[in-house]
Amino acid sequence: MSKDELNIKDNTSLFKEERYVQQRENKKQFEAPCSEQETAEALAYSKSAEYMEKNFNRQNVVINPHKACQPLGSVMAALGFEKTLPFVHGSQGCNAYFRSHLSRHFKEPTPSVSTSMTEDAAVFGGMNNLIDGLENSVALYKPEMVAICTTCMAEVIGDDLNSFIGNARIKGVISEEYPVAYCNTPSFVGSHITGYDAMIKGILSYLYTRSGIESKPGSGADSGEKLNVLLGFEPYTGNFAELRKILAAFDTKYTILGDHSGNYDSPATGEYEYYYGGTKLEDVPQAANALGTLSLQKYTLKKTQEYISGTWNQQISALSTPLGIKGTDQLLEAISELTGLPVPASLTEERGRVVDALMDSHPYLHGKRVALVGDPDLLIGLIGFCLETGMEPVHIVCSNGDVDYNEVKFKDEAEALLATSPYGSEATVHVGKDLWHMRSLLLNDTVDLAIGSSHLKFAAKDADVPLIRVGFPIFDRHHMHRYPIIGYQGTLNLLSLIVNTILQQLDDNHSGFNFELVR
Amino acid sequence: MGLNIEENKKLVEEVLEAYPKKARKDREKHFQVATDNAIDCGTCAVKSNIKSRPGVMTPRGCAYAGSKGVVWGPIKDMVHISHGPVGCGQYSWGSRRNFANGTLGIDNFTAMQITSDFQETDIVFGGDKKLAVIMREITEMFPLAKGISVQSECPVGLIGDDIEAVSKKMSKELDMPIVPVRCEGFRGVSQSLGHHIANDAIRDFVMGRAELAETGPYDVNIIGDYNIGGDAWASRILLEEMGLRVIAQWSGDGSLNELEVAHKAKLNLIHCHRSMNYMVDHMEKAYGIPWLEYNFFGPTKTYESLRAIAALFDATIQENCEKMIAKYKPVMDAIINKFRPRLENKTVMLMIGGLRSRHTIGAYEDLGMDIVASGYEFAHKDDYEKMLPMLQEGTIIMDDPTAYELEELTQRMNIDLVGSGVKEKYVYHKMGVPFRQMHSWDYSGPYHGFDGFKVFAKDMDMTVNSPVWDLVTRKSKIQPEEASI
Repeated sequence: MSKDELNIKDNTSLFKEERYVQQRENKKQFEAPCSEQETAEALAYSKSAEYMEKNFNRQNVVINPHKACQPLGSVMAALGFEKTLPFVHGSQGCNAYFRSHLSRHFKEPTPSVSTSMTEDAAVFGGMNNLIDGLENSVALYKPEMVAICTTCMAEVIGDDLNSFIGNARIKGVISEEYPVAYCNTPSFVGSHITGYDAMIKGILSYLYTRSGIESKPGSGADSGEKLNVLLGFEPYTGNFAELRKILAAFDTKYTILGDHSGNYDSPATGEYEYYYGGTKLEDVPQAANALGTLSLQKYTLKKTQEYISGTWNQQISALSTPLGIKGTDQLLEAISELTGLPVPASLTEERGRVVDALMDSHPYLHGKRVALVGDPDLLIGLIGFCLETGMEPVHIVCSNGDVDYNEVKFKDEAEALLATSPYGSEATVHVGKDLWHMRSLLLNDTVDLAIGSSHLKFAAKDADVPLIRVGFPIFDRHHMHRYPIIGYQGTLNLLSLIVNTILQQLDDNHSGFNFELVR
Repeated sequence: MGLNIEENKKLVEEVLEAYPKKARKDREKHFQVATDNAIDCGTCAVKSNIKSRPGVMTPRGCAYAGSKGVVWGPIKDMVHISHGPVGCGQYSWGSRRNFANGTLGIDNFTAMQITSDFQETDIVFGGDKKLAVIMREITEMFPLAKGISVQSECPVGLIGDDIEAVSKKMSKELDMPIVPVRCEGFRGVSQSLGHHIANDAIRDFVMGRAELAETGPYDVNIIGDYNIGGDAWASRILLEEMGLRVIAQWSGDGSLNELEVAHKAKLNLIHCHRSMNYMVDHMEKAYGIPWLEYNFFGPTKTYESLRAIAALFDATIQENCEKMIAKYKPVMDAIINKFRPRLENKTVMLMIGGLRSRHTIGAYEDLGMDIVASGYEFAHKDDYEKMLPMLQEGTIIMDDPTAYELEELTQRMNIDLVGSGVKEKYVYHKMGVPFRQMHSWDYSGPYHGFDGFKVFAKDMDMTVNSPVWDLVTRKSKIQPEEASI
């Protein structure tokens, strides 16, 4: 047997072999394909200004949107609480999709159940499914709380979660005391971030109301100057760790409300436990007595913030994802203001080191034209980061950007932020647009870099622009979510990712005299 | 070995004890331990294709996943509208690895998410008008698209939209096939009904609509190969080398024209019987085309299948077949000689969709591995009956097993390799159990045919024998064994 025959080729190289190339050509006779000329013309046309105009004029079809549906966010939110089982009321396929989607991003299990509603439930309602589902899931997976969200099916037929849960208690399937939080999350409203918000608000309000505690901000017996912290729909487990580091440096007590970092970064120990970490359920009512609340995704957490400032009567500092030096400065100021504690020297020192790193790299970043895609709060952070490094945001697409906070719309804030710097002067913010719009933008008005999720890779490839993977979902790179992108350390990570991509590009494109050793 | 009949019966019983009474009674019907008797007569007592229990973490998906995700989605030159809210299309976007040649967004629309993105107003007023506009916009955006399919999500059926009428009208206006597919997720109990509905739509809207320039005695179709990691290509190359002419490939790397001309074939070769048996049955009745189920996983099954296929043709094809087997056998033997010593007697548990739990058994056995538990997500009775004769006595057969059941069985049987999907994968990593994602070949592949078996063997060795598993102490719940000393 020759060595060559034992050479094992997989799909990355096998289909480049001549016999497969021939197969591909031969198959065309049955495909009735368009001619090569037609295809070439259509490709050229798809890159043209004329096509772009048509693309931006379409009214109804949505092509490659950058958003998922509400209940996906709710599942993530539920996993932020200790021993809480996400429970999806509706068709079981939705739950299978949420579990796969989240697992593909985090490379971690996503425990979540559904009521497996079928045709009969469509006609008669899903109450029996919900009651049976509660009985089975509590027996099997032994959660300390169940957190139910709805799908579009349950919403269209108008299932009433509150009365169904009540009936489950009357039937004795769960006890009167057993905690079941819930929220309504039709997939035809909002996106994954609104669903996240709905479930966080659902859990906070449910656990608070049933505790009978009356909120007295700043009065907690053992909480002292305790602070509440919300990270939002957070695809980076590393961001939780970074925030903990910052809060520890301040030496302040705090409660993270909704911490899924344990579930999405659990250790391989030889045993699977279903639930890892998360906000303790008993800490939620106590959180109503904290001094104030720090929210790191103000557009995502709109309703939760309203609830906390309204019902809990708390002072809220609502920021967007704190990226970059200035974004982190704002974060530290907000913590300082809420707690009355000074910014610790260790963080000031860290700031200096990261600013030093930015100075080292700035020549490679300066003037780089950038396209950005993401959720509203992430984009605000990214725009800020770009502007302070001398990178120029050019195209900004936000499929789920129609969110406002205190009557400030995402688009207005993004544009106001861009107007603060000459580096933002060329930027256009496209709200409610999709990645097919972005493709036209990239092809008609080229940039140097694209920053966004894995879904942006198709448009970036068509435009031959390197993609820096940031946000959600990141399916095609490993472990990105383990490293923070917030705080000074996160800024350094982001900087390294970007500058080293640019340097790699120089090496890839150069040879001979400018294939340089030192950069 | 984990193949003791009585022990395994007891084991299943113990595992099911955790359920409440009603659910336990139901789950009991979905298990069987293979006995000599059952294997011989092929009678399977396992209940299948019935509703999953609510609240149990079933591995199953829905009808939409079966239609858009499996059958229609891979047809590359048509645009498939995920009609309804944004989620379903988003989650099924590019995640099933149906490789297809062509230029994405120009003459190939597979790894794209095209949706009507229903908002509240669409639920209230209906989405029909919007759907018509979307179809016009699709022809503007994708001038080379050959057709459109409408993949209904849950709300579309619930609010009573008439997608059939819109499709009919727009098909005339736009002069292209437009196929309404009623695959709302709440229909049926799993992906399986979605396959059936999708097949019916192919039958009703595209089958027999085009002709071949010339037909020949060796024209065959590949049915039910989704070209995961290039599987269909690795299969097709063998059929063509044998002298057959593959005129249609359903549906991985498939095109509208192939759907339309397939009725001209002399033989249907079906790989995934579960998802496309409706098609071959229909074509047999309507066009008199015989069909044969084949299995291209592992050399033993591949030789068997190639010979069975050749037997339906003349001596030329049969000679070609034998020549081809003689040519590849030494390579396959060398692969087995290399990997078998590393994999001999390792125990395997499989829980895959509707075909591979059965079809891959031979490939594992070629490598000396023992299947000790095997189950399907959405199989029917005939799948279990076909699987039984392939099993050893004592093997646990399971239908729609829940996450909890799989985890318990893995630990108690001290399994060496689990093959299942992405939802299951990372659980086994926590447990320190070698795991291979068998829906998408864990981003490897192909696994079909001779080229595919090489990759399969390498991947199984890599998985079972990776030193990373030694870095964690596995906690097992091994069955108490009788004292051997």
